[in-house]
Amino acid sequence: MMKQRGMRQSAAWLLAACAIVTASAASAAEKKGSTVILATTTSTQDSGLLDVLIPTFQKETGHFVKTISVGSGQAMAMGRKGEADVLLVHSPADEQKMVAEGFGVHRRLVMHNDFIVVGPASDPAKIKGAKSSKEALKLIAEAKPEAKALFLSRGDNSGTHSKEKGLWKAAGMNPEGQKWYQQTGLGMGETLSVASEKDGYTLTDRGTYLSLAKKKKLHLEILVQGEPLLLNVYHVIEVNPEKWPKVNAAGARAFADFMLSKETQGVIGRFGVDTFGAPLFFPDAGKKPESLGL
Amino acid sequence: MDLIIEGVVKAFHLLIALDPEVLGITFLSLMVSGTATIISLAIGISIGAIVALTSFPGKRIVVSLVNTGMGLPPVVVGLFVSIFLWRSGPLGFLGLLYTPTAIIIAQSIIATPIVMGITVGALQSLPASLRLQILALGATRIQMVWMLVKEARLPLMAGVMAGFGGVISEVGASIMVGGNVRGYTRVLTTATVMETGRGNFDVAIALSVLLLSFSLVINYALTLIQQRDRPR
Amino acid sequence: MTSASRVLLDLHDLKVERGGVEVLDIPSFSLGENEFVSLIGPNGSGKTTLLLSIMCLLERSAGRIVYRGEEIGSDHSTLAYRRKIAMVLQEPLLFNATVYENVASGLRMRGVARAVTRRKVMACLERFNLAHMVHRSARKLSGGEARRVSLARAVAVEPDVLLLDEPFANLDAPTRESITDDLEKTVRDAEMAAILVTHDRSEALRLSDRIVVMQSGKIVQADAPSVVMNCPANGFVATCMGMETILDGVIERNEDGQLAVSIAASRLEAIGEGEPGTRVYCCIRPENVTIDLVHPGVATSARNVFPARIVSMSSMGFFLKVSLDCGFRLVSYVTPESFTRLQLEEGKEVFASFKATAVHIVAREEHGKVDRG
Repeated sequence: MMKQRGMRQSAAWLLAACAIVTASAASAAEKKGSTVILATTTSTQDSGLLDVLIPTFQKETGHFVKTISVGSGQAMAMGRKGEADVLLVHSPADEQKMVAEGFGVHRRLVMHNDFIVVGPASDPAKIKGAKSSKEALKLIAEAKPEAKALFLSRGDNSGTHSKEKGLWKAAGMNPEGQKWYQQTGLGMGETLSVASEKDGYTLTDRGTYLSLAKKKKLHLEILVQGEPLLLNVYHVIEVNPEKWPKVNAAGARAFADFMLSKETQGVIGRFGVDTFGAPLFFPDAGKKPESLGL
Repeated sequence: MDLIIEGVVKAFHLLIALDPEVLGITFLSLMVSGTATIISLAIGISIGAIVALTSFPGKRIVVSLVNTGMGLPPVVVGLFVSIFLWRSGPLGFLGLLYTPTAIIIAQSIIATPIVMGITVGALQSLPASLRLQILALGATRIQMVWMLVKEARLPLMAGVMAGFGGVISEVGASIMVGGNVRGYTRVLTTATVMETGRGNFDVAIALSVLLLSFSLVINYALTLIQQRDRPR
Repeated sequence: MTSASRVLLDLHDLKVERGGVEVLDIPSFSLGENEFVSLIGPNGSGKTTLLLSIMCLLERSAGRIVYRGEEIGSDHSTLAYRRKIAMVLQEPLLFNATVYENVASGLRMRGVARAVTRRKVMACLERFNLAHMVHRSARKLSGGEARRVSLARAVAVEPDVLLLDEPFANLDAPTRESITDDLEKTVRDAEMAAILVTHDRSEALRLSDRIVVMQSGKIVQADAPSVVMNCPANGFVATCMGMETILDGVIERNEDGQLAVSIAASRLEAIGEGEPGTRVYCCIRPENVTIDLVHPGVATSARNVFPARIVSMSSMGFFLKVSLDCGFRLVSYVTPESFTRLQLEEGKEVFASFKATAVHIVAREEHGKVDRG
């Protein structure tokens, strides 16, 4: 038994030692360069774009990037608290507010794609062919109850949710609390799945829709698209190190510069072409937002 | 239905091909949850033994607290660990948020009350006179506790199973304090959630199959030990 | 205890309280080297409490324990002392491990070298006839085997004192017999002192140098077995020692120790002390009461002969217990042979006789009733 007990004990110690070694090895790997916390939206993560870009960045600069993929709202909340170093988000109104309040600096345009309104092929609210997103939302809101039109909202303060709220406001309506309006509280991919299962309408970015429609048979069609109001614009914002001294300003700047570099912009422009036949994002480095029609 | 079949087929392709990313995620899951289980065993058994074997005012309250802790929701743990590890939080200077260590901490907190509760129960279910008999053979206090723990090893094994099963299948805390960083803090559960969101159901199913098989293998192994050791 | 043997363990004014109630009060008790003491008394009389107090496993509210002239505290210093004593509790309480591991456990706790442990364990297993089941799981043993392992486990550490709390309870007679043999031999060979808690008088008589009778946390009598058997200090001890018949009486006459005692409507002759008029108990051992179908007359030296009617009979294993009514209650043990020869049956009229020396006179305490168990 002595022997057995000894063995068991040494096995336990060995495991513990392994764990410590692994953990310290991991932190050693991370310490070669600095660690950059990137708070970003689910759409950039779910489309797979970051999986292509980040390894290149890490290889080139030696910085280790921790990508935390959350809604734009939460990403900016993290930035405001100094819990992230750099943000890649798509919620322009909130972004401007954050910069104006001094929490973010060097807000720069990276790329865009566009939002689309998707829904079931049966289109119970007859929004296909609507002149604008405003009109489409109005049709959904005013559809007769027996038509069973349903709109699914992300409801998670993400960039998409924020855009959707803006659209409702522009249409002069408040859908909150309506029977035909449901909030999923989930990411874009999951919300699309829910909409597909429940034959509902939803607002989505084109990238996530295309990438998901390719992998999964979504019972959703693009019903409204191609309107300046529906543009989906991504900016990088560096968190202001003057507010939060612990922020890795150099790493944040390096990441932002990398996103705007010629090579990266080229990669962004080509991303998705092989798979979907069309790019998911359009590189916009150096452009003024106004040039996109905003 | 096609989706499920396709998913399962693809899943086995990924498993057979030993996809390096899947392997990395698996290894990390085992490392993180294994370490958390070992830590929770060390803390849970020692404190559990103290609680079970000593009497002190408020013992009932402590035992109720421990039993409540056995059902600690992972997201609650995730939230509080996050708050402590934030750069602006009290332990922010450690720079541990979004590291495997952070997941280990959170999972240890989830598993420790489970192990502790089962330890208390297991030791209290031993005959009271066993303590006297061990001391009557000339044991020191520590030797006595060790012998009692050894006597309670079968139910404690259930504690290990419950603890490990609880943490390896837990997603809420892992995603909150680990951040699901690719190749660094992405574990089986967080990867499954993400791949589902991305619509990569094949990968998600492959990961789920792995998760299930680990639970199965580990529980089977522990059950074998228990059966072999079970008194007549 | 022979007067030559040295005192090993001394208890002075030992008191133990539980929930504010005094459960043990031993003004003085000593154990000699190599002495074998049996503790007898009903459940709750403090026998186990006494053993646990000696082991320092119960907090004592007062008193001192002196071991080989050295006072034992109640703190950590007791470990060295505790390791000189081994105790076997009522239940075998074996560890869930092999027989070998169980017997080795005490030596392991003492950090004894592995080779030495192995040698001692094997010797001990040999002694208790367990050598063939060294590797068997302790959970797969019969009741008797488990007791043997439990004893071997305590003996393996070669203690100076062995404390045994009813180690033979609930065993069948042959098993009990053979374990008792092994234990006796071991204790004598190893020259250990031992304290045995038992309910079995014959066991106590056979093994002990001294019998200690306890009642309500106190020692009532502590004497050589023959003294306790034949001269119980009071009615309680008499009951404990198997005096089935205990009669209330008053001394009528005392002629140089030849007493006449009146019992109900009858009169007994007895040998003893006491002034006429003293209230006493007359204790009569059932095995000393003889039953005859006719008056034995001069054929017997028994001074006490009474006509009696058989009230009830019950089997006690090797003999029968016969309850008689001869104006007072009397119990007799008869062998199956006598039973057959006499054709005894309930309601049958017989004669009961016993010698004057078979009546043991115990003075009644003036206050406090005698607990007849």
